[in-house]
Formats: sequence, structure tokens, C-alpha cells
Amino acid sequence: MNNFIQAKNLKFSYINEMEEPPVKTEVLKDVTLDVKKGEFLAVLGHNGSGKSTLAKCFNAINIPESGTVTVNGLDTADEDNLLAIRKSAGMVFQNPDNQIVATIVEEDVAFALENLGVEPAEIRRRVDEALKTVGMYEYRLHAPHKLSGGQKQRVAIAGVIAMKPDCILLDEPTAMLDPRGRKEVMDTIKQLNREQGVTIVLITHYMDEAAQADRVVVIDEGEIMLDGTPKQIFSQVDTMKNLGLDVPQVTELCHRLRKAGCNLPADVITEEECVKALAQLLRKGAQP
Amino acid sequence: MLKDITLGQYFPGSSVIHRMDARVKLVLTIVFIVMLFAAHNIWGLMVGVAFTIISFAISRIPASMIGKSLKPIIPLVIFTALLNVLFVRTGDVYWQWNFIKITNEGVSTAVYMVIRIVCLIVGSSLLTYTTSPIDLTDAIERLLSPLKKIKVPVHELAMMMTIALRFIPTLIEETDKIMNAQKARGSELDTGTMGDKVRGMIPIFIPLFVSSFRRAEELATAMECRCYHGGEGRTRMKQMKTAMRDWVGCGYTAVFMAAVVVMNIVIK
Repeated sequence: MNNFIQAKNLKFSYINEMEEPPVKTEVLKDVTLDVKKGEFLAVLGHNGSGKSTLAKCFNAINIPESGTVTVNGLDTADEDNLLAIRKSAGMVFQNPDNQIVATIVEEDVAFALENLGVEPAEIRRRVDEALKTVGMYEYRLHAPHKLSGGQKQRVAIAGVIAMKPDCILLDEPTAMLDPRGRKEVMDTIKQLNREQGVTIVLITHYMDEAAQADRVVVIDEGEIMLDGTPKQIFSQVDTMKNLGLDVPQVTELCHRLRKAGCNLPADVITEEECVKALAQLLRKGAQP
Repeated sequence: MLKDITLGQYFPGSSVIHRMDARVKLVLTIVFIVMLFAAHNIWGLMVGVAFTIISFAISRIPASMIGKSLKPIIPLVIFTALLNVLFVRTGDVYWQWNFIKITNEGVSTAVYMVIRIVCLIVGSSLLTYTTSPIDLTDAIERLLSPLKKIKVPVHELAMMMTIALRFIPTLIEETDKIMNAQKARGSELDTGTMGDKVRGMIPIFIPLFVSSFRRAEELATAMECRCYHGGEGRTRMKQMKTAMRDWVGCGYTAVFMAAVVVMNIVIK
């Protein structure tokens, strides 16, 4: 079985019971999506597109209204599977402050393992290992509120990887961080994906983060609009703009230059590629 | 401004008392309180005082901290002393005026009471000075765990304590931010009458409450995601182990307890 997460005709609505009569908001309409084992998938979408809701469907926080979601072959609608699903698909949230439970870093990392009833000696070993992986080992005895945003988010990631999950779902993990914190978190995610083969589902609205993924899915109004490699997605500059999304700055630059008549490739998504393409163009232009 | 407050009164250190098992410290503190109230005469109380002083010396907590812990209870101490002096009416009369009668028994009860209260506060603050709040919560959870059998939600209470401790600094920071935001909008928090000040707090508390609820919800989801399902089948990374020093501490307390009993019997 190659697909780690499988969503089939997934539908999900929020019901606001405070209103009279209750108001039903359809957030996800008929989403079918497979996430392969070891893949780094980025989910893009503007606010309210349903991307966070989708992530919560992937670890049984949200149960589909209709359709099915299976994680590692386990159906999320079956309550007996809850712990197994959450253990294999860990989740990191946007606000680092609201997901740290304990008053000491290492205790927080141990939280999930304590819940799962792992032996104390084994917890100790896995906590140390997880903290070393995210580079927070020397902070293990610190109080979380004294850490920077990026460090807190890495502690949260350590708390998830201590469970040894096959997949990590990250719901806009860098949205509240400064550029340095964002880089720390992105480097950690990429390292986990490359070195340990952890499947990553990254919900984001930063285009440059999505550009680092293996595959990008664009979601709008609860439906999947685009699905492909970052190059395939970002080369469709006009479609992206129509969906209220941006493309990486370098892609935008090349797109405008192309429109102005320059001979540039359409699938430039990183700065290096852009520099190379422009240099080539300039060299050609210099020749008579 | 608000950031400087310390959580609880933990005074980090590495003395023997700091390193003792929190459970043992908690139990010994209770024994100490019993000791204070079991002492019937001044000699027994002096044993209690000696115990307090020696324990403080071992913990190497600066003496100024004793003053700090006593300051808030000075009015209570004076009040108790006065009550005892005025309302104990038996014994030899020292001085009488109208209905006020001061007797030797009244004075001695008052002195005993003052010594007891002061020792009680100083002795129990030694526990909070040498034990971090989180260790204390842990100790309480473990000591009370037999109560789980009679359906007391011990784990849940301890978890609530831990989360409260975790979020106090976060909420303080947030209060600070909201206060600054309101000041930037021109609200005057420090001036005006008492009523104005109280009204001025409303635009601070409401956003704080709203955000606390939001935080609570997010935290609950995050805990669920990390497989939290109550105290059942939960293990702990940190195991509390009693060491030699804990037994020495017990022995040391037992000796003083015995001394108090001896004083009670020997001296009438």
C-alpha cells in the first residue's frame, strides 16, 4: 500500500448551534486526495478555503460528514482507531503557545508518550532523541514561555516526533513566526522528510514554503483546484491569481518579464533558478 | 512591568532539602504542623522553633526570605494575640479595667499562639521555597492517588494545576499587551477615582477572557492530537524515587517529634 492517507469524496460542514435555526457551513465539498508515503505535500489556499479543516480530517479530529478518510489503512470514522491514527499522524498547530502543555520543555515532549503509556526509561530515551533531532536538546530544562516562537514550534514538533509518527500534519506552523523562526521550522521539516522519510502535510499560505515541497495541492472553497509539482502549479500564474493566491516573487518577476517579451522559462520557482535564467538572458542580450 | 513576577515562591538552590523528594517534604511539613499543635508547653514549642531554624539553615535560604513570608500575616498574628489576651478569662489577674481582664493564662496562650502561627508559616514556606510548583503538583497527585478509588478526580485536578501554572506567564504577557494596546487607544488606566480605575479594567478583562477561551479550545484539541485520554493507563517520564537523604529527613523530623512528646510528658 503506497498511499498513506486516502480521502475519498470527503465532505465536511461546521454547524453553528448558537444560531436559531442552526446554521450549517459547508467547508469541504467532495475532496478526493491521496498522500503517498514519504511525500512532502503542501496544501495551499487562502483564508477560509478549508485547508485547516482538511488537515483536521486527517487525524480524526474532524470526522467526515460523508465520504471516507483512511490513515495508514485505518478509517478515521471508527472510534477504536483514534489513538492509532493520532499516533501515526501527529499534528502541529499554528500558535506555539496554545499547544505546549507542560512547564518544562522535556516534560512537554514527553506528554504524548506518557499518554500512550510508554515505559519511563523508553520515554526518556525518545524524548532526548526527539529534542536532539530538532536541535533543542540544550533547552530541555527551560520553561517554554522563555523560548522564541521558532524554538517553541520546534519543541511542539519534537513532541510529535517523539511518538515516532509516520506522518506529520502541520497547520500553518510558521504563520506566527519571524523570518528566522520560519527558516528554523522549515529546515526541521525538510530534514525530517529527507532523513527519516516522514510523510509531511504542510498547510501554508506562504508560496516560498510550498515551493520547497514535492507536491502542491491548491484548495479553494472546499474543493481541490490544482494538484501537481510546485513547478506545474506556479507556472499557472494567472490561474493562481484568480484563486486569490500569489506565486513566489521570482515566478512573478519572470512572468511579468515574459509578458513584456523576454525569453524566460515559465517554471522558475526558486531564487537560484531565477538568477540563472536572468543571467542567461542577459548574456544572450549582450550578444549582437 | 508584569513580567518580573515570579511564579509561586520557589527559590532555586541545591541544598539537601531542595533535592529531597517532594512527597517526603510534603508529608514532613504536615508532621511539623502536627508537632506545633501537639506541643503543650513553652519547651515543646521551643523544640518546634529550633526545628524551623535548623531546617532553614540547612536549606541555605537567605534569612530575608523569612521576613518576606511573614509580612502578609502580621495583622493576623496581632489580631490572634489580642483575642487571646482579652478573651481568656481564667488564671491570675494581672490587670483589670471595667470588663477587660488580663490574666496570666491569657498572656501565655497568646504567646503560644503567636509562636505557633509564625513557625507554621515559616516552616511551610520552607516547602514552597525549596520545591518548584510543578514538583509540588506532582507530589500532591501521587500522594492523593489512593483517593482515585473513591472516584476523586486526582489526575484531572493535577492536570488543571499544571496547565494553570503553564499558562500564568502566557496570560500575564497577554494582559501586558492588551493594556498597552488600550493605552495606545487613549484609555487612562492609572488615573481617576477608584470607580474610574475599575471601569478602566473592563476593556482589559474582556479581551483577556475571550482569548483565554480560544486558547483553552486550541489547547484541548492539541492535547487530543497528542493522544490525551485522561489519566487511565498514563505513565510518567519522571519517576519519584526516595533516596537516603529522604530517610535522613524523616529521621531528623522524628527526633524532633519525639522531643516534643518528651517535653509534654516531663514538664507539666
